[in-house]
Formats: sequence, structure tokens, C-alpha cells
Amino acid sequence: MSDLLQDLEPLLANARQDIARATTLIDLDAIRVRLLGKSGEVTAKLKMLGSLDPDARKSVGATINIVKETLQSALEERKSLLEAEQLATKLAGDAIDVSLPGRGQISGGMHPVSRARRRIETIFRTAGFEVVEGPEIEDDWHNFEALNIPADHPSRAMHDTFYFPDGKLLRTHTSPVQIRLMERQAPPIRAIMPGRVYRCDSDLTHTPMFHQLEGLVVDEGISLANLKATLLGFMRAFFEKEVNIRLRPSYFPFTEPSAELDVSCAACGGSGCRICKNTGWLEMGGCGVVHPNVLRAVNIDTEKYSGYAFGMGIDRMAMVRYNVTDLRMFFENDLRFLRQFV
Amino acid sequence: MKISVQWLKEWVDVGHDVDALAHSLTMAGLEIEGNTPAAAPMSGIVVAEIISVERHPDAEKLNVCRVNGGNETVQIVCGAPNVRVGMKAPLAQIGAKLPDGVQIKQAKLRGIDSFGMLCSAPELGLGEDASGLLDLSNDLVVGDDFVKALSLDDRVLEINVTPNRGDCMSVAGVAREAAAVSGAVLHPPAIKAVAKKSDATFPVTIEAPQACTQFVGRVIRGVRANQVSPLWMRERLRRAGTRSISLLVDVTNYVVLELGQPMHAYDFAKLTGGITVRMAREKESLMLLDGRAIELANDILVIADQRQVLGMAGVMGGEASGINAATTDLFLEAAHFTPEAIAGRARRIGLVTAASQRFERGVDPALPALAIERATQLILDYAGGEPGPVVVTGGASGASATPIKLRYARANSVLGVDIAPASIDAYLSKLGMAVEAKGGFAMVTAPTWRFDIKIEEDLIEEVARLHGYNNIPPVDSTMPLQLGQCTEMVVRKERAADVLIDRGYQEVITYSFVDPTWQRLMLPNEMAKALINPISAELAVMRLSLWPGLALAARENVRRQQSRVRLFEIGHRFTEAGEVDVIAGLVLGNAVPEQWDAPNRKVDFYDVKADVEALLALTGDDNGFIFKAGSHPALHPGQTARIFHGSESVGLLGAIHPEVAKKMDLTYPLYLFELEVQRALSARLPQFAEISRFPSIRRDLAVIVDEALVLDQLKAAVRASASLLLRDLSVISVYRGEQIGKGKKSIALSLHLQDTSRTLTDDDADRVMAQVIESLRAQLGANIREK
Repeated sequence: MSDLLQDLEPLLANARQDIARATTLIDLDAIRVRLLGKSGEVTAKLKMLGSLDPDARKSVGATINIVKETLQSALEERKSLLEAEQLATKLAGDAIDVSLPGRGQISGGMHPVSRARRRIETIFRTAGFEVVEGPEIEDDWHNFEALNIPADHPSRAMHDTFYFPDGKLLRTHTSPVQIRLMERQAPPIRAIMPGRVYRCDSDLTHTPMFHQLEGLVVDEGISLANLKATLLGFMRAFFEKEVNIRLRPSYFPFTEPSAELDVSCAACGGSGCRICKNTGWLEMGGCGVVHPNVLRAVNIDTEKYSGYAFGMGIDRMAMVRYNVTDLRMFFENDLRFLRQFV
Repeated sequence: MKISVQWLKEWVDVGHDVDALAHSLTMAGLEIEGNTPAAAPMSGIVVAEIISVERHPDAEKLNVCRVNGGNETVQIVCGAPNVRVGMKAPLAQIGAKLPDGVQIKQAKLRGIDSFGMLCSAPELGLGEDASGLLDLSNDLVVGDDFVKALSLDDRVLEINVTPNRGDCMSVAGVAREAAAVSGAVLHPPAIKAVAKKSDATFPVTIEAPQACTQFVGRVIRGVRANQVSPLWMRERLRRAGTRSISLLVDVTNYVVLELGQPMHAYDFAKLTGGITVRMAREKESLMLLDGRAIELANDILVIADQRQVLGMAGVMGGEASGINAATTDLFLEAAHFTPEAIAGRARRIGLVTAASQRFERGVDPALPALAIERATQLILDYAGGEPGPVVVTGGASGASATPIKLRYARANSVLGVDIAPASIDAYLSKLGMAVEAKGGFAMVTAPTWRFDIKIEEDLIEEVARLHGYNNIPPVDSTMPLQLGQCTEMVVRKERAADVLIDRGYQEVITYSFVDPTWQRLMLPNEMAKALINPISAELAVMRLSLWPGLALAARENVRRQQSRVRLFEIGHRFTEAGEVDVIAGLVLGNAVPEQWDAPNRKVDFYDVKADVEALLALTGDDNGFIFKAGSHPALHPGQTARIFHGSESVGLLGAIHPEVAKKMDLTYPLYLFELEVQRALSARLPQFAEISRFPSIRRDLAVIVDEALVLDQLKAAVRASASLLLRDLSVISVYRGEQIGKGKKSIALSLHLQDTSRTLTDDDADRVMAQVIESLRAQLGANIREK
């Protein structure tokens, strides 16, 4: 055995201990230089191999090289560890309070009526309805006459119309848009017409301006049963609940047969609550089969075509959907109210 | 219309379940809006007779009465002025509970014991007459329970009768409808002709036969007009919401409610010559029964005698010929007026009467003679008198209706159902229609009271009603697919709204009509469209701009302690040019919400301009818009931009004028913008342009110019002198200071130069910059430093 190997084991053991004890990268590098540097302890032994005979040189050299490699990897391992510790310490010092609020502009919000209106439009668009708008200042023909409401008709009393000196008026419903649409487009027609409407009425449950949604479908063979299917599908989509609908016979000059549309209360499911005044039903609007006089007024062949129409209050839909208890809040524009809807 | 269920039961067997009745009527189209007890709960009240009345020794207005309550006679102290011996009145005994919840106890009034309380009508919730005790008629039995004696265990249905169903504005009409929809048996009380006892008549001439098809009249002499109506009649009227006035008036009101035929009673002594039914003449006037004098127009149908106009036909009678307690002879009218002759006339003078409501909807033409007989009998029963003969003037009542063709297949197709022809026939028969089946169709004749049935669709609705709307299934239509349009040529309003919302704006919806005074503060030079009949002075004219509404909303929110307000609205403005869709905004307060460890500042013109630019950028053509200094009465003269697209003005942006802000009590500064949707949001279709593979060179330039020169002028000069290599031009800073000089400013620009076919050299850039500098010096007299 060569002398070279004599103190190799204690050297390895001491070196390992030193490496494990090193707490800084500087200390660790000093150990590396002491062992493996140009005049390091292990390097010195390798330099002395030349004095051995070739056989011994080979075997002793291999042994020393194993020690060298062992120490190299121990140094590397320790280095990685110390580096990781150092980084962790630095990052810990950078820690922030993530619960502090963010900075910059904050988003505003959409009016709840717009929010409801957009959903309504989206639901109908998916079924192939187009969305049509019309003027809010109307003439007597479009708002009344063409809709089979002649002058002095008793139902005009229900409309509480705002008039201008020139005989024009603020539309009392979105139905005149139906007429305008049919005047310029032949069947098939499938459209909804949302917008502002006006009635000379103001109390706890009425505002002089509110929003209506008109629907119109005209084609061959359109029936009351089709109307029911559309309204049922729409209400279920809007309320995201398996609500039911109910049609009650009623009277509108522009539809025959005519019906009031009730929806089972989305809040209580029909068992009765404050919102539905314990009836289980919510009145949502009117509907029916388009009166032949209306189709005739726009030169549509009543033998070939039939249609259905419906009208409902967008504000009312929004009230039920978002549990708003007072219609008037929609038009008071109190930011504390509006901000609740995003 | 209100109707007592007891009264209804006199006409039809509707059973005991009032809720079920209400439901079936509602589902048949007679919407029951109210279903309430005829009287509030009460107990311990009996019919009592007053035996003696003596003045209270210590109180002038009180009497001490001995009252027979049936089982015993008790002492009652009573303050009612109409108390008298022999009178019957309701007695609340000790322990009785009144409708208002009060429990009656033994009491001492001015030292005298009272063992109960004699009641007035309002104390029992039965009317408004608080002038004295409720006078119970003599046919009530002393000691009987008051609630039972008056049949107060009744319900009142409030029916919302649609304008087409005038025939249901009566007990008879509702009874018919209930029978048709429920199958209950109809048993109308018999109305017999009352034989004449005198030959007194009064001549009637109809000069307007289109408006008045029939006039039935009858003279009754020697009536006792001062009689009080029987309690049962007063109660039925009360339950129907009609006030008891006097026997004769009550009878005519009763017949209207029962049969649906409006009637009128004239004081015969006040009539001269004969009755003429005619159109009013110009300048004629009339004093109505309610004491109002009205001017008549020539489209108003009147009843007149030889001397004067007696009343507005089918609306209201006149005061001059009205009956009163002194009337002894009367002339009864039951006429048929057509809806066209009556509709709208009452409303025009601000009236709604039981008669006008019915005639403008239509009344069964077969009713007048029947109503006269019914009224005669009631008058004779309670006020006596000698009736003359019934005189009918005008056409035969109930001119036969034209049969209407109903195609079974059409009915099923319109409803989307498959109802057998026999069932359709049966439904229509139940409604009193004469049905003549003819194979594929039926000829249907409506009864006289269903004057609303005119066309096939009307019959189809009746079929649907009787079949039950609930029994019509929902069926999807088989309409062919129609692909919708999705244009890129306009920016959707929703997209524009989203941009503003994301930039911190809250959407509001303000009224389209505004306060003219408020609006004039912002728009003093434009004429707003005024409503004839505004709901209030604050909502009297149409908005010329969305700004007045936004300003009001902002002011209210500031008053609610909101210090940072960013609002927008999309809607129509109404100017002389017409109705235009606009998008408008209002901003006040800090640029960003208050936040920790960050400096804040008030919002300024350029913050809001960035929001407007973000909207315009949606068009893909933001370079096509130009902001030029402009003016507007609501805006600061030095901080107003009119926005142009090409040569077309598309909107305004600016700071509010400080004086306007002061007058409107608004926070200053405050910024406003308004864009016309159609003009400002027409979009450009994006078209791909080659991207250069070669690097660009940036050169900065500081240009000292006169304060009056605007950036757009400077940029235009740079663009004009730079070569096509100028890819991009932006402003870096605007500086004012002593070293530059008063009235001057230094604008720093950055020019990005780039070629698509080669890498530019510094020499290339130098050449361009030299051209630019030379040109700016020469054209703008600018002092230039290249950086």
C-alpha cells in the first residue's frame, strides 16, 4: 500500500464534516480551495502519483479520483442547498400584504334594466329573432290606428297618452315598431322590439316612462300554441328555472284571440309569497294572435299568413329577477342602488 | 266593476266556493281583481227598537234611551241627532265587537250608565253617512242578529271588465258568463210587464237615428220621491260601490247594475213640449247634475225638450230637469245609444259615469223595454205612483245580427289544436250563439248582448276561451331557419357601453322629458318639444340632450355624498332635427378612486378625452376623428371640443361652464360628452397592411411655438414635410416656462421612421429630420431643438 493512501480516509471524513458545517457560500468555497484547489490537499496527492510505479499509480490514482469526485459532488450539493437558503431568505424579506387592495381605475356598471334587456335579446337572438328599434315620438297611425285602435276607442283610455301640439305622441307601447317592421318587410317575420314607452301615469307602481319588449312572429300557419311554446321557453331561459306560464283570455284591439301572460312566481315556485301577492303567479304582459285588421293595415294577406305578438315589461322582468321592490328606483339613478348590479 | 256574490246567486247557481268561481271567471277572461268580504267581521250586534228618548240631564247633545234589543230592554246614552221613538237601529250590546276591533263595554256618559251603543253606518263599516244612526227598515225583526239580518256574510267580487265585454258590466251579464264557463244553471228573476194605470205619455222624436236607435219612455205620476230606499237595495248598491242618493236615483242605479241598461229619470213637471234626441248645436250649453256647466259641441248627442238641452245622452242628465224630494211625477228614459255616439265624449269633459262606461263599450239593444219594466216595478213597490204606458220610439230592439262563417279548420289552425267540430258548436251554443253547422264550417249568429262578435277571429277566441287557454299545448313553430345579420359596419351600442363600463362609468336611465327651466340653463338657445299634458312641470319638455338628465342625476348623487361620479346613458334626444340616438357621459371628482399610498388628482379634460377616444377607437378609424376647439353654452369656452368625422360633426366634449355649474348647483370641474351613435360609431372594416421586417429609427424633436398653435397643426406640418418613411408621430411632452418665454410652449415630438424594403441608416433619418426642421422653421416660425 502506498503512503499516499494512508491518511486518505481521515481526510475524506474531515472534509465531509467541514462541508456539512459550512454555512455560507464563502466558507464553502474556501473548503473547496483547501481540498481541490491548485495546492489543495487532494490535488497534492494526485500530483504525487508520478512517483509511483505504473501498476500502483493506476490503482492508487483511481482511489484518489473517487475521493475527489465524492468531495466535488458533496461541495455541489452543499452549494445548491446554501444558494436555495440564501434565495429563500431574500424572498422572505420581499413578502407583501396580499390583502391590500389593488390600485387603478375600477369598473363601473350596467343599469339593471339594460342587464335584463341584454339577456332578453340574447335569448331571442339564439332562436332566430332579430332585434328592431323604432322612434319614441310616434304618430297616431302607428301607435293606434294601424293597431286597430280607432279614435275614441275605449281602450285608448287605458293608454294615458302624452301628446304634442302637432298631434304626435309619445308611444304608449312598443307595438308601433311592429307596424313599422311589417310596413317594410314581408313575412316571414320574427323579431323582438325593446324600448322606452310612455304613459301619463305616476304612482307607487307606475313611472311615466318604462321599458317594454314587443315580440312579433308572422308566417304561414303560426298559432296560439306556437306563442305558448315561445313564451314558455323564454321565461324558463330568463329565470333559469322550470317556471310555468298561464294564458288568461283578455282583450287587446290588436290581437284576437288575446291573452294576459302570467308566469309562476320565480321566487316561491308558485306556493305564494310577497312578490306574487300570494297568488303564485306574476303578471308579465299581454299577447295573442295578431288581429286580421292589423295585418290588413300593412297589406299582409290574412288568409295566407297568421302571426302572434306579445308585449311585456322589461322593468318588471328585472324587478322579479333581481328582487327589486320599487319600480321607481330604476329611474332615481342612485349610485348606491345601481352599483349593486355591476 | 264590483258585484255581490249573493246578488249573483239570485241569477245563477254558482255554488258555495267563491274562490273557485273567481278562478273560473278569471280564467275565462273576467279577471277578478278583488275578492273581499262584504263587511268587516263584527259580532254581538242586534236589530233594536228605540222605546223612549229623554234628554240627558247634564248634556245638551246626548239622549238617554230605552232600547229593546229583543231579549231585554236596556238603557243607552246616545248622541245621534236622528234618534227617535219607534226607530229601529243596530245595537252593539255589551261584549259586542265592532269592525274596527273595539269591544263594547258598559260605560258611564256624563254620570249616566249606558249598556251598549247604538251605531251609525260608518261605525259598522257600512257606508259614509255619519250624520246619525243607521236607520233600519221596518221589516227587520227586533232582536235578530244584525249580520244575519243584513246578509253581511257575503263576498264582493271586483271584476276588471275588458273594453270589449260591455255585456258583462251587470249582474245579468256576469251570471250568463258564469253559467257558460261553469255549466251552472241560469235562473234570471222574472221581470213582468207592469200594466198602465194612466194614459199619460210624453212625445219623443229621434232626430239622430244613427246615434240613438231606440228610446223607451214612461210617465209615472204621483210618486213619493222622498222615500228612503229599502235597506236591501242600499246594501246591494253599497257592495257594488254605488252611493245611495234617493229612492228614485237608487232605482235607476240598481237597474243599471242588475241589467246593464243605463236609465235616467226626469222630473216630469220640468219638461216642456216633448223630448228630442239630437246632436247639440254650436254654442249650446248645459248645467250637469253634478253642478258643472259645460259647452256642447256638435258631435255630442243630447236629450232636449222644446226649451232647452236636458242632458248629455248616455253620459249624464242636466240639473234643470233633475228629480228631487219634491218630485211627484216623473218621466223614465231607457234608450239605446251607439258606442260611436258616446265614446270619448265623457272623457273629453273629464267624466266617467256608469252610463258612459257602458254605452261606449256597447249595451245590449234588447234591454230598454225590460229595464223600464224593472224600474217601474221597483218604484211602485217603494214609492207608489201610477204608471202610464211604455212608449217605444225608434227601431225594433236588437236588430238581428248577421251570421258569421266559422271554418273549423281555420279555428284549429289559428289555435294550434285539434277540436272536433261538434265540440266547437257546443262551446258556441253555451254562449247563447245560434250555430248552424254546414260541413266544413258553421254559420254562427251571436246573441244581442254579444255585439263584440263581428268576425271569424272573434268566434275563434270564444272557442279558445271555452276550451280553456290552459288546454292549448305549447307547440314549437316549424318556421324555416333564418340566419341573422351581423354587420361590422357599425359598432354595437352594447359594445360602446361596455367600453365605458370598463373605464369606470355607471350606466343610468333618466327620463326622456325634463324640467324646461333646468334644461334652459344648459341649452338656452334651442326650442324643446313640449308635451301638451305633462305629468308635472319637472317632466314637461323633451330633452334636447342627455346632459340635463345626467346633470340632475350627478347633482342628486353628490348630495348623497358621492364625491366621484362617472355616468353615461344611451338614449334618444329630441331636437328640431328629429330624434337621434346618442351616447353621453358625465364625469366629476378624482381621476381614479381614492387609494392607498398613491397620489391622486382631479379628473381633467384629457382623462375624459381618453374615454371618448376609446369609444371612437372601436370604429377602427380613430385617426379619422378630429377634435377642434368649439363652443357650446353649457361648456367652458376654452375647454370645449367639437368632434368631427371628416367634415361631419359627431359630438361634443368639454368642461362645464363654471357659471352654468354654479346656477345648477353642480360640482366644478365637471366634464360632459355626447356622441351621435350613428355618426360616431360607423365602423371601418379592418384591412391588413404589410408589417415591415426592418428595424425602425426613433428621433425626438422639441419645437417651441406660439401658445395658440394646436398640436394638430404642428403634426400636420410635420407629416407634410416628412417623407413616406414617417411611420408614427407622437407627442411626448408639452412644456411652458420662463426660459421659453411668455406666450410660447415647447412641444416634444417623437418620430418613428421605417421602411418596408430596407434597413434605414442614420443618414436617411438625418435627411428626413433636416427637411422637417427646415419646414417647421419656415412655416411656423418655430424654434427647434433636436434631441
